Amino acid sequence: MRPLTEEETKTMFEKLSKYIGENIKLLVDRPDGTYCFRLHQDRVYYMSEKILKLATNFSRDKLISVGTCFGKFTKTKKFRLHITALDFLAPYAKFKVWVKPGAEQSFLYGNHVLKSGLGRITENTMQYQGVVVYSMADVPLGFGVAAKSTQECRRVDPMSIVVFHQADVGEFIRSEDTLT
Amino acid sequence: MGRKLDPTNKVKRGPGKKAKKQQGAEVELANFIDTEEDAGPKRLSSRARKRAAKRVENLKKPENVAEKQPKKGYSDDNSKWLKPTKRKRKMDEPESEDDSEEMWEDEEEEEQVLLPKKGGKEQEKKSADLGLKNLEDDDDDEEEEMVDDYGAEDDGSGQEEEEDEEENSDGDDLLPIERAAKKEKKLKESMGLSSDDDNEEEEEDDDDSDEKHKSDSDMDEEETIQTNADDFDTFRLPSAEESEKEGALSLDLKGVHQRIKDNIDVLCNFSAKREEGKARVDYLSLLRKDLCTYYSYNEFLVEKLMDLFPLSELVDFLEANEIHRPVTIRTNTLKTRRRDLAQALINRGVNLDPLGKWSKVGLVIYDSSVPIGATPEYLAGHYMLQGASSFLPVMALSPQEGELVLDMSSAPGGKTSYMAQLMRNTGVIVANDANAERLKSVVGNLHRLGVTNSVVSNYDGRQFPKVMGGFDRVLLDAPCSGTGVIAKDPAVKTSKDEPDILRSAHLQKELLLSAIDSVNATSSTGGYLVYCTCSIMVEENEWVVDYALKKRNVKLVPTGLDFGKEGFTSFKKFRFHPSLQLTRRFYPHSHNMDGFFVAKFKKFSNVTPSASVGKEDETTEASEATEATDSPKDNPSKSKAANETALAKTDALKQNTKTNGAAAKKPANIKIKGQQGSQTGPKKAKIAKMDGETVKGAQAKNPAKKTPVQTTVSKTVKKDGSRFEKKQPKKGKSPLKMKNKMGKNKFKKMKHKFQKNK
Repeated sequence: MRPLTEEETKTMFEKLSKYIGENIKLLVDRPDGTYCFRLHQDRVYYMSEKILKLATNFSRDKLISVGTCFGKFTKTKKFRLHITALDFLAPYAKFKVWVKPGAEQSFLYGNHVLKSGLGRITENTMQYQGVVVYSMADVPLGFGVAAKSTQECRRVDPMSIVVFHQADVGEFIRSEDTLT
Repeated sequence: MGRKLDPTNKVKRGPGKKAKKQQGAEVELANFIDTEEDAGPKRLSSRARKRAAKRVENLKKPENVAEKQPKKGYSDDNSKWLKPTKRKRKMDEPESEDDSEEMWEDEEEEEQVLLPKKGGKEQEKKSADLGLKNLEDDDDDEEEEMVDDYGAEDDGSGQEEEEDEEENSDGDDLLPIERAAKKEKKLKESMGLSSDDDNEEEEEDDDDSDEKHKSDSDMDEEETIQTNADDFDTFRLPSAEESEKEGALSLDLKGVHQRIKDNIDVLCNFSAKREEGKARVDYLSLLRKDLCTYYSYNEFLVEKLMDLFPLSELVDFLEANEIHRPVTIRTNTLKTRRRDLAQALINRGVNLDPLGKWSKVGLVIYDSSVPIGATPEYLAGHYMLQGASSFLPVMALSPQEGELVLDMSSAPGGKTSYMAQLMRNTGVIVANDANAERLKSVVGNLHRLGVTNSVVSNYDGRQFPKVMGGFDRVLLDAPCSGTGVIAKDPAVKTSKDEPDILRSAHLQKELLLSAIDSVNATSSTGGYLVYCTCSIMVEENEWVVDYALKKRNVKLVPTGLDFGKEGFTSFKKFRFHPSLQLTRRFYPHSHNMDGFFVAKFKKFSNVTPSASVGKEDETTEASEATEATDSPKDNPSKSKAANETALAKTDALKQNTKTNGAAAKKPANIKIKGQQGSQTGPKKAKIAKMDGETVKGAQAKNPAKKTPVQTTVSKTVKKDGSRFEKKQPKKGKSPLKMKNKMGKNKFKKMKHKFQKNK
C-alpha cells in the first residue's frame, strides 16, 4: 500500500471531477478527520488516517481491502471508477439522471438508459458529462455518461440512448469477484 | 337448516370462518335434542359412541390423559411470528384430535355430550364398557386413534367394530386377572413366533401388545386372532424377516414412521408401556435405526442427537431440519430505516413482517413475487439477507462506537456489516477470513452496504494476536460441523463423524485462545469476546468454552439475549464450569432459527496463565482492578464494587504494597471499611472461577468474611489480610519475582490513585 504518485492522483481526480466537479475537495478535507487515497494492488482505496494506521499491521498479500475501493488503474494507466465509489459520488454529484421504475431493472442489468426510461434530468447537462443515475425514489443506482445534452433529450425519439452505462449496483452481484 | 338469519348477531367473516363455532348453534341444537328425545334415543354410529365413551372417561379420569406434554410453541418472544411446524405430534395426539373433532363436527359432538347423560340404556352400557377398557390401559384410545389414521382396515369396517362391541359386552364380566392371563398367553405366542430377531420382534411385540390391549376386552380367542391378523398386515412383515433383510423393508417409510412414533411413546412412558423382559436399550437401538432410515442420518449423528435431546423433542428437531427456516433480512440502518424499507418492499409485492420483539432491524419474508436477493433495494444496500440466528452474536457483542473490533471469520460479511451499523461506521472493524475466495463476498457486501470503517484481511485466525492485537471486542464465529443448519445443508446428515467433530472442536479451541489473546482486557469500554457456532454439539460449544475458561483469564458474562436455552453445565461424561449456564443455545424446533450457540466472555487480565500458580497473585490483582470498572449489570453481586470503584482500586493497590513489604504504612482511614467490604465481590467471583482450588478459596473467604464485621479495628484485619496475601505467593514464587511483578506501571497507578484520593 502506498500513496498515489503525482500522475496517478491527477488521472484519478480528473476522472472523479467528471462526476462531482469541484466537490472533490470535500472528499479530501473532511470535518470528521483526515481522509486519504491509497494505492493497493492497482486499486485505489479511500480511508481515514485512523484505519490507514491500523492497516499497516497487515502484510501486502494478506490485505484484501481497506476502507472504500474507488476504482482501479488499468494496465494502460487509465483510471476506472468502480461501482463501489457510488457512495461517495452520489451525495456530491453535479448532474443527475432519474430513471422511471420500469427502466430501473434494465439499467441494473447493465443496459444504457433510453429516452423512454428517462424520468428526469438535471438542467444544462452537457453531452458526455458524467452523471449519476437515480431511481425515481432517489436511490442511487449507478453512473454513466450523458449521450445527449438536456436540450437534445427533449427532441430525440423514445428508443435512443440518453445515458451510456458505466457502472450500476447490479455489479455487486454480477461481478463480485472483480470488485477488488 | 332452517335457522333464521339474525341481523343483529352477525357472524364474523374471514379466513377462520369454518373453524369457528357457529353462533346460536347451541340454542338451536338444544331444541333439536329435546324433540329427538321425545321421539326416543337416536342410535349413533359406532365411532360416535366410542367418542362419547371416551368423553365420559375423560371426565372421570382427567389425570390419565394429562400426559406429560412437551411445551408447544416457542419459549421466547418469537412466538408471534414463528410458528411451530405443522405436524401431528404423537404426544399431543389425543387432545389435539379431540379438539379438531370438536371444531369440525360441532353439532355431532353436541349431541354426544348431551345424549349419554340423558341416555338410552344401550348407550350407557356401551360407555361403561369402554370406560372399563380405558381404565385398563390409560391411553388405549390413543392407540386406536392412531390405527385409525394409518390402517385403513379399521376405518372401513364399521361392521367389524360393532361386532367387537358386542363381544365387549360379553367379555366385561371377566375378571381383570383373567384378562391379564390371556394377555400373557398371547404374548408368549407371539414371542414364540419370532424368536431369533431381537429388534424386529420387540418392535413387533410392541405393536402386538398394543393391538392386544385393544382387543383384550373382547374375550373370544378366535376373534382376537382374526382382528389381530388384520393389523399384522402392517406390522407383521418385519418380524417374519430376518434382521439382515431390513434393507428391503426400509422402503416402507410410512411403517417406519409409525414405528418411531410407537417406540417413542413407549420410551416416554417406559414403566407403564414397556414390554416385559425388554430392556430400554433394545427400544433405543431400534429407534436409532429407524430414525436413521426415516430421516436418512448416519448412526453417529442420530446417537449424538439422542443424547442431546429428550426423546419427545428429538423428532421435533429432526422434523424441523426437514423444513427451511423463514427468510429473514436485516435493515441496513446506515442507509435506510426499517419502516421505509418495509414500505418499499411491500410495494414490490413482498409479504413481510417485523422479526420479533428482540430485533429492531429484522424483517421476516413470508413470500415474494420478486427475487428477494436482487431487488433494487438489495443492490442499493438497503438490506442484507441474513438468518435470524446471525443477529444474535452481534447483539451479544454489542460493539460501541469508536471501538476497534475484530471479526475473526467474517465471510460472507453479514455479521460484520451488522457490527458496522451498530458502530455507525465509526471506529475500525477488522474483517478476517481464512478463505480468500469467500472474502470476495465480504468485500462486495461491505461495499454494497456502505461500510467504510473496515479492513479486510486474509489470515488464518490462529495467527491473529501476532498480526494485530489489542482489540476492544472480538467476534469469533468459529467454523463448525454445521449440525445446527442441517436444513440449509442436508449433506451434514451423513457426512459428519466423530473425528470430524473432534477435529473442528480442536480448531475451535485454537481459534478461541488466539481470539482471547487478541482482546485487550484493559480496554475502557470493551474487553469482550463472543464465541458462536452454528453447531449444537456439546463438543464444539460448551467443551470449547470450558477449555478457554481453564486456559485464559476470562469469565463468562450474560449474553444479553433474553431467550434461548441455557448451555449445559454437565453432559454425559463432561462436567463444565457452572457459569456455563450463561451461554445460550438456540434450536430450530423451539426458536425457529438455525441451531446456534452463543457465549460471551469478558477478559479480565492480559496475562496468559502459563505457569498457573505463579501468576495467580497477579491475576487476582488485575481482576480486581478491571472488574471494579465493570458496569453493574455484568454481575449483580458486583454492583457494590462498581459503585465504589475508586475505593476498591486503592484498596487493592494498598494491599499490594503490603504484600510486597514496601511498607506504605499509612494510618488506616475510615474509608478502608467500605473498601474491604466491596472487595469481597470480585474476589468471590474470582474464587468461583478457579473451581479447582477449593483450599485457596476457603482461605480467601475468611478474611473477606471478616472484613465487614470489623469496622473500627481495621488494623487487625489488615494484618490478617496481609498474612493471607503473603501466604499465597510463597506457594510458587520467590520474593524476588514478586518485586518484579510490582512494576513501574502499577506503582505509578497506585501513586496516582493515592493522590486522587487525597
